[in-house]
Amino acid sequence: MKTAVIVFPASNCDRDAAVALEKITGRAPEMVWHRETSLPKGLDLVVIPGGFSYGDYLRSGAMAARSPIVQDIVAEAGKGLNVAGFCNGFQILTEAGLLPGALMRNKSLKYVCKPQKLTIVNGNSRFTSAYQGTRDVVFPIAHHDGNYFADDETLNRLEKSGRVIVKYNDNPNGSARDIAGICNEAGNVMGMMPHPERAIDPLHGGTDGIALFKSILESV
Amino acid sequence: MKAIIHVGLKPGVLDPQGRAIARSLTDLGFAGVKDARQGKVIELDLAHDDPSAAKNDVTEMCEKLLANTVIESYRIDIKDDE
Repeated sequence: MKTAVIVFPASNCDRDAAVALEKITGRAPEMVWHRETSLPKGLDLVVIPGGFSYGDYLRSGAMAARSPIVQDIVAEAGKGLNVAGFCNGFQILTEAGLLPGALMRNKSLKYVCKPQKLTIVNGNSRFTSAYQGTRDVVFPIAHHDGNYFADDETLNRLEKSGRVIVKYNDNPNGSARDIAGICNEAGNVMGMMPHPERAIDPLHGGTDGIALFKSILESV
Repeated sequence: MKAIIHVGLKPGVLDPQGRAIARSLTDLGFAGVKDARQGKVIELDLAHDDPSAAKNDVTEMCEKLLANTVIESYRIDIKDDE
């Protein structure tokens, strides 16, 4: 499987993502700088990593979503390329219009950083199929703007069509309907606030993130 | 000319920062603060001569970058240089 990780100024989980991808796919990802205008050819997956791209100026993810490489990601995602965004990556995907809704300031106004219990509510997506019925997982969360918002009509549509992939137990940030991660209608673009790439080694405190990357590997 | 753009959360979108501001003002003894909404102001220095052309351009800027219209609304004031 050929993968790439996009690197923005102030991305800080790009190396975590690279380590996870190399460990699970057996092949190091291409690291792609945000000023590039096109993705490498033949990719199976693009990861938009966590961090604080552009210092969260204007809105989290707003600047990164308008960068040259993201225009190519939007075009390729439209043709079926798998795209996963974690944390700031999720914010960037909503700002780029690839996923609906927006990530607002946490309801508590506090930055939250802790291992988070989650429920995989759709185990049939190409990002979760390798969990094989396991529903309870723990991924780290670390964000200030993770409060998922969308209008009721959008939320109903997401829930009815299985596009809510992961929900929080004990909602840490005020997200509508406890939503932690969603996918697009075609199922090839997924964003979540938690960090599966930081749960791939026993030294991380858990390895629940591995199956997420395995799911993608098995789907291509 | 200048464009002054006010960007704020749409009515109905919970504004936790605004709520904290209102609570803090109440704690300071300012009775009568029923609610607060926090937004931002963006000031652009423009080379335009025509106010209506400027407004059209700034509207497009708001739609493409300056506001996230999922959660935010905006208001544009165009002013001549003083």
